[in-house]
Amino acid sequence: MSDTTAHGPALAVRGLTAAYAGNKVLDDISFTVAPNEIFVIMGASGAGKTTLFRHLLGLNQPSAGEIDLFGEALHPASRRDLYRLRRHIGVAFQHGALINSMSVIENIELPLRQHTRLDRNTIRIMGRMKLEMMNLAHAEDYMPAQLSGGMLKRAGLARAVVMDPPILFFDEPSAGLDPATADELDSLILRLRDAHNMTIVIVTHALDSAARIADRVMIIGDGRIRALDTLDNLRGQEDDYTSTLLGRRSRQREVDGDALLDRLTADFDE
Amino acid sequence: MIVARPHSRLLEPILGMGRAGLFLLLVLPHVVRPWRQCSISLRQLHFIGTRSLTVIAIAGGFVGMVVALQFHDTLVRFGAVGLLGAAVGLSLIRELAPVLTALIVIGRVGSSMCAEIGIMRSDNQIDALECMAIDPYAYLIAPRFIATLIAVPLLTALFNVIGIGGGWFVGVVLFGLSDGAYFGGMADSVLWRDIVMDMVKAVSFALIIVWITTAKGFLMHLARRPMFGAAGVSHATTDAVVAASIAVLFADYIISALML
Repeated sequence: MSDTTAHGPALAVRGLTAAYAGNKVLDDISFTVAPNEIFVIMGASGAGKTTLFRHLLGLNQPSAGEIDLFGEALHPASRRDLYRLRRHIGVAFQHGALINSMSVIENIELPLRQHTRLDRNTIRIMGRMKLEMMNLAHAEDYMPAQLSGGMLKRAGLARAVVMDPPILFFDEPSAGLDPATADELDSLILRLRDAHNMTIVIVTHALDSAARIADRVMIIGDGRIRALDTLDNLRGQEDDYTSTLLGRRSRQREVDGDALLDRLTADFDE
Repeated sequence: MIVARPHSRLLEPILGMGRAGLFLLLVLPHVVRPWRQCSISLRQLHFIGTRSLTVIAIAGGFVGMVVALQFHDTLVRFGAVGLLGAAVGLSLIRELAPVLTALIVIGRVGSSMCAEIGIMRSDNQIDALECMAIDPYAYLIAPRFIATLIAVPLLTALFNVIGIGGGWFVGVVLFGLSDGAYFGGMADSVLWRDIVMDMVKAVSFALIIVWITTAKGFLMHLARRPMFGAAGVSHATTDAVVAASIAVLFADYIISALML
């Protein structure tokens, strides 16, 4: 895989389409992410960000389309190939998704214990190095239930990067955090890109965070790509959806009074 | 995702059985390679086996005592008190020990396994394992299968021994039957095939318990009306306990009918 990182995109998505109960939730999504790029996926609530995120990780199966990771097919792929490819990605979930029955350090060591033959002490040192990087050294023996939201995200990030993957996926790094903690997490993401040459794909709705870290931003709405460019270029676009999402225009809806009344009383007896 | 969510109420039971069957097929290859997750299996064995010893011992003791009490009262009427040991031994070994052990394990361990796995599903912990290239069937489910398949037959054997001891206390100590009559009658009437039936039931019930309870938690998100969080986990756990208990009783009848 390291050979392929120098050539071609780190992540290539072509014609990704997904449907649930007959409704398209992702419609012909195509984009590429260059190596060492911080690529931010933005969208309003319900736009399809999380659905796209899960498809990129192979957690959901699309109805059509292809996903390549460093030139190798993530979809379609056999279960064995999927697991082999996943050894080269790091994933940080919105709420950390730490295993509740393990301490923080045990969580971070888990991928090393499962995928390497390193001795216990080496694994412990590597785990502690990642905790130091995330400023969580004091929380080594804490259980996940004892951590704050920001600490959970940082611990989840430490576990995601413990194998030094070439690509990191991060779901909502800033969600629910105070500005100082969110800023700290953004600095960590930049450091991971600059010091470890990681390609980073982030799903977020936080504009401030995207402005600080993104090389390019893709905006999705109703399961389709609405815009894809640098944030500066996007700010100049006239598209209503993009303008609303980037905060230049308030969201406006025309309300049909009769239709609204019908909806509110649809299941009432006459 | 093993099978897409159903859109029809009629299809749900069929899809549910299909998903449970696929779940078992994906787990079994890891169960036959127990050394892969040896330390986790040992931890589960401690939880399922060692920590159930007290409740199984207490239940076994009281069940043996009450069975002896009931049979003594009946046998006295027919002048056949000498058969007390045989009656206690056969009823415990053939029927009561495997069934009651299974029901106790469902209540103490099955509910806990289902809830733990359901919470992991609900909090994306299982997705996180998949993303770390750790197969949840091998890492989470197979150790529970291995531990349950080892622990339940051993707990059943313990239930038998303590139940027979409870029967001895009532029959010999309280009602004055001789040790020889109690144990001799038992040794004469309990055959190897009764012990085999006891162990066949114990292993079958262990498989039913661990299969149903882990599958209910693991596949919680694929239910016809999926619920997550506390409500979803509690719903899945209740379902798992009820389904496993009924399945054990059904399997008990089938095995008895086939082996008697």
